[in-house]
Order: sequence, then structure tokens, then C-alpha cells
Amino acid sequence: MIQRFANPNRFMRLSAAVVPWMAGATVILGAAGLYLGLFQAPADYQQGESVRIMYVHVPAAWMALFCYTSMAAASATALIWKHPLADLAARSTAPIGICFTFLALITGSLWGKPMWGTWWVWDARLTSVLVLFFLYLGYMALVNAFDDPARGAKAAAVLALVGFVNVPIIKFSVDWWNSLHQPASVLKLGGPSIHPSMLAPLLLMALAFTTYYFWVLLVRLRAEILSTKIRAVRLRQVHG
Amino acid sequence: MDRGVSESVSAFLDMGGYAAFVWPSYAITALVLVGMLVASLRWLRSTEAALAALKAERGAKGGAGEAAGEA
Repeated sequence: MIQRFANPNRFMRLSAAVVPWMAGATVILGAAGLYLGLFQAPADYQQGESVRIMYVHVPAAWMALFCYTSMAAASATALIWKHPLADLAARSTAPIGICFTFLALITGSLWGKPMWGTWWVWDARLTSVLVLFFLYLGYMALVNAFDDPARGAKAAAVLALVGFVNVPIIKFSVDWWNSLHQPASVLKLGGPSIHPSMLAPLLLMALAFTTYYFWVLLVRLRAEILSTKIRAVRLRQVHG
Repeated sequence: MDRGVSESVSAFLDMGGYAAFVWPSYAITALVLVGMLVASLRWLRSTEAALAALKAERGAKGGAGEAAGEA
């Protein structure tokens, strides 16, 4: 299975076929999610219309964690099995993940101001997500810090794995510590405690963000593979 | 536009008084995600162009290494 995708030429053919489907799915799911979220879902009985920020904030926060988990899994694969595409997958995920983390922080701030009366508090959930943002930043700095790309990839992979300890801390921070942030209402034991009229746009937006991630990931992976080819051709020209 | 429609449009845009928080959230999200996508697509196009140029250059020299370049 792994060997099938390890071949860059095979990956280029496969990804070329998948990219248009991811693009189409992102547009359709996103349009449906926006329509339901902005026009059909009711206002919250406590938070009023401000609750509509949830339909971008929560999917962005989920994707921030999903991307980091993918990045850590790809890094482990690269370190253990020396899979040639795993390093590139981790490297390609980091900038997408940092975008989602940035959006979770900014939209959370825009939601916190009217609901909590403050843009920011140093509580467990918010602080651990800020740490996640800096972990992404550190990964991206480290992966490009060496002249030899393989050394940068190895150092950054170790950072990604060590930083993974932050992911469960973020998830359970609202249960372990007192927080202004509300606890989970979708991904929890006993099933979601959110009305279907709000759950539907939330899940549609989350799916749209997921297909967006795979769309951009495949585009960036293709560019990484072509860049590797270009480097190899130039090296041959110099040495040949 | 009749009065009822324009009133419901402005009520929608007002977001129950939270317009200053709801719309910037959606705008920033759209801006960042579209920006990331466009930057990634442009990078892919530029690598495709660079590789095509390299291949054309090698082709002009006789194309001896063409098969090796595919590996």
C-alpha cells in the first residue's frame, strides 16, 4: 500500500485525477454550508446572530488539529520508514495548518469580544492553541533552516512529534481546566448536544475545509515533487 | 427593490447588531483560504514552467538525457 504511493510518478498521475474532485467538493460543500449557516440556521437563544461565527471558527479549529496530527503522522512515517513522500507531505501540510490555526485564533477573538467582553484571555484553551500556532511556525522555520533539505526535514519531523503532545492538551483543555471557552458540543461522549439545524451547516463547513485541505495539499505536493526533479536535473547539469 | 426586501436585506447585513464581528470573521476566512490556494496554484504553475524550460533546453542539446530526466 505504502509502496504504491511511494512512487512519485504514480503519485503525480493519481493526484492529477483527484485534484478536480477535491476542488468541486470544496465549492459545493462550502456553498451549501454557507447557505445553511447564514440563511437557514436559527440565531442562538443566548448568543443571537453572533453564533454564526461558529460555522467558520469551529471547522478552522478542527482543521488546525487535524493538520497537525497529519503532519506528525507523516513525520513519524518519514523517520521510521524513510518514505520519500512523507517528508514532503508533512512539509506541505504545515503552511495550510498554520492558516487554519490563525483563522481559529482570529475568528475566536472576533467571537470572544461580543460574548465574553474581551478579545483575548490567557486561559488553557486559547493559550494552547497559540502554542500550536508557534509549533507550526517553528516547524516551518526549522524545515528550511539547513542547506541539506534532508537534515531540515529530520529536525523538523522530531519537532512535529514532540509538539504533538499539545494536541490532546488542546482537545481536553476545556475539561481539565476552568475556561471561558465552552466545552465540546459535537465531538464528545454521548453524541452531539447541538440542534440538527446548527449541526448540518457546521458539518458541511467542516467537510468543505477538509476537502480544501486535501486540494491544497495535493497542489503543494505536486509542486514539491517537481521542485525536487528540477533540483536533480540542475545537479546533473553541474556534475555531468 | 421594494421596501420589504431592502429592509430584510439590511436586517440580514446587520446580523442582530453583531455585523462588526460576524462579517470580518467570514471575510478573513475567505481571504486567507483563497490566498493560500492561489499562492499554491501559482507555485505549481511556476515549477511546471521551470521544468518544461529545463526539458526544452536539454531537448535542444540533443535530448540524450531525456529518459533519465523522467526518473
